[in-house]
Amino acid sequence: MNVRKLPRFLIAVVLFYIIIEILYKTEVLNGYLLHIINLSLIYVILATSLNLINGITGQFSLGHMGFAAVGAYVSGSLTTLILKLSVTNPASMLPFLLSIIAGGVVAAFIGFLIGFPSLRLKGDYLAIVTLGFGEIIRTIFNNIDAVGGPRGLLGIPKFSNFTVILIAAFLTVVIIRNLIESSHGRAMLSIRENELAAELVGINTTRYKVMAFTFGAFFAGIAGGLLAHLIQLAHPTQFGFIKSVEVLIMIYAGGIGSLTGSILAAFGLTFLSEGLRLGIRALADTTGLPIGGEWRMVVYALLLIFIMLFRNEGLMGMRESRIIKNVEVD
Amino acid sequence: MGSIFSLQQILNGLQLGSIYALIALGYTMVYGIVRLINFAHGDFFMLGAYAAYGAFYMFNALVAGRAGTLAFLVLMAAMVGGAGIAYLTNKFAYKPLRYKPKLSSLITAIGVSMFIEYFFSALPVIGPSYRPFPDIIVRKEIRLGNAVISNLVIIDLAVAAILMVGLTLLVRKTTLGKAMRAVSQDKDAARLMGIDIEKVISFTFMVGGAFAGAAGLLAGMTYPRIFPYMGILPGLKAFIAAVLGGIGNIPGAMLGAYIMGIAETFASAYNSLIGEGIAFAILILVLLIRPTGLLGEKIADKI
Repeated sequence: MNVRKLPRFLIAVVLFYIIIEILYKTEVLNGYLLHIINLSLIYVILATSLNLINGITGQFSLGHMGFAAVGAYVSGSLTTLILKLSVTNPASMLPFLLSIIAGGVVAAFIGFLIGFPSLRLKGDYLAIVTLGFGEIIRTIFNNIDAVGGPRGLLGIPKFSNFTVILIAAFLTVVIIRNLIESSHGRAMLSIRENELAAELVGINTTRYKVMAFTFGAFFAGIAGGLLAHLIQLAHPTQFGFIKSVEVLIMIYAGGIGSLTGSILAAFGLTFLSEGLRLGIRALADTTGLPIGGEWRMVVYALLLIFIMLFRNEGLMGMRESRIIKNVEVD
Repeated sequence: MGSIFSLQQILNGLQLGSIYALIALGYTMVYGIVRLINFAHGDFFMLGAYAAYGAFYMFNALVAGRAGTLAFLVLMAAMVGGAGIAYLTNKFAYKPLRYKPKLSSLITAIGVSMFIEYFFSALPVIGPSYRPFPDIIVRKEIRLGNAVISNLVIIDLAVAAILMVGLTLLVRKTTLGKAMRAVSQDKDAARLMGIDIEKVISFTFMVGGAFAGAAGLLAGMTYPRIFPYMGILPGLKAFIAAVLGGIGNIPGAMLGAYIMGIAETFASAYNSLIGEGIAFAILILVLLIRPTGLLGEKIADKI
């Protein structure tokens, strides 16, 4: 293995960190823009982890935000209700990180359980089951009074900052990339390409499908926890079906099976979404016409339809940028 | 427990089941013919309700007082509205993807569903908020022992029954119905026999859309408020009903829908959380225990 090539992605991320920090310190970037960057990075975690399930393994999950909800509520309850951590205490950072990981682990366990029906179901049926699962999770949180019920879990301390989120996103991409490039990942890819053929050459398809769900759910749980500690709220509507579809749009816009594509699309679409929000409001204010925020979702829906009709392979197709790749295949 | 399993609850369940049945039929017919879960089907239901709403205010003054004529016109509007949107959806979103991987159509269907919901809530004429649905037929109540039967229960059951009998006759007795059955059995062979399969698919979508539209009107009258997202949950539950009955199977969809309606009414009477979740519990149980549904036949995977 060529040692010189190994840390390319690490260098890129460190450079990104330094540039953003400098821009922020020199006040070129305001707090609002930094917040959008943080959100984009959380979406990077969600999109790459969904890509592992949908893109790499070829399953079809529509309930990704359900896993994120588990992570958000578990970690939020730990830091806010049980440990009662405060941001001003520097010793709180470690318990916070452990809470986030606990959220990921619980989400992973649920992903493991959800993985089992996927053994018997294919394509559209799996989509409906995962959709149903996401709705069940949302309904459950909506009805637990201890975590705020329909009001949501309020007053979560704001532990998530740029550094923490960037490190989490970096680790997620590296771990998923290494997984894809390992023999496990190759097995997952073979399930996507032809499940029957994969089985015939001796791949334990059951094991790898469950593995994809477990890993995907773990990272989604981490992302949910970080999100809750960024916006200081865990609310049932944050994790609804439409939010899962937003992540789905990211992976299809970026290219199914391409981590580079997922990362680019997570940034692109988060910024597009905010741009549309501001643009629509400005347009409504200046023209005085009744233009509602719903147009943002209309654009999203059209985007999804047009990608499917005219550019099925997304932005990157199945290609991976050289920065992200670890081993040179050719 | 007496209160949960009363005659009243059974009637409410049958009423809800009738609405689910009309939606589920569209799902099951479309799935039978193109093997696609049409996610936007619940939105055809919503559009039917809005078409009926619009038609009521348009024709109300025109037919002044003749309630029967008005009800008929409103029902026609709902069915034409549902059929129209189904036709357009098939033509512009699904037809170009007919021979692409199945997942592409499924994702497009999600996109279409989102588009319809948000586009109509973004339109200032419709807007995202709830609207009260007008009383097209004056509500009357008949007491029967402990149960109170509203005339709406009878209307819902009757409209659903008439439409379902009509559909059964259409599929069993007409040439077009024969073509529909042929296409759902084997598309290529049907084409070789000279059937214009695109026409048959288009017609199936329109029938499904019309039924969903009629269900929208019934739901609007029964639970008198409408909003652009009203199709999501009933659509999902009707789909589950179709799976329960055996997807692709027309009598199965009706059976599944009535079971679903009654199960949900009983469960909601017991506990609202269970009521919300029972549909998904049924889905997961069916898929684990009998994936082909109650009346579905086993289809072997082709290698």
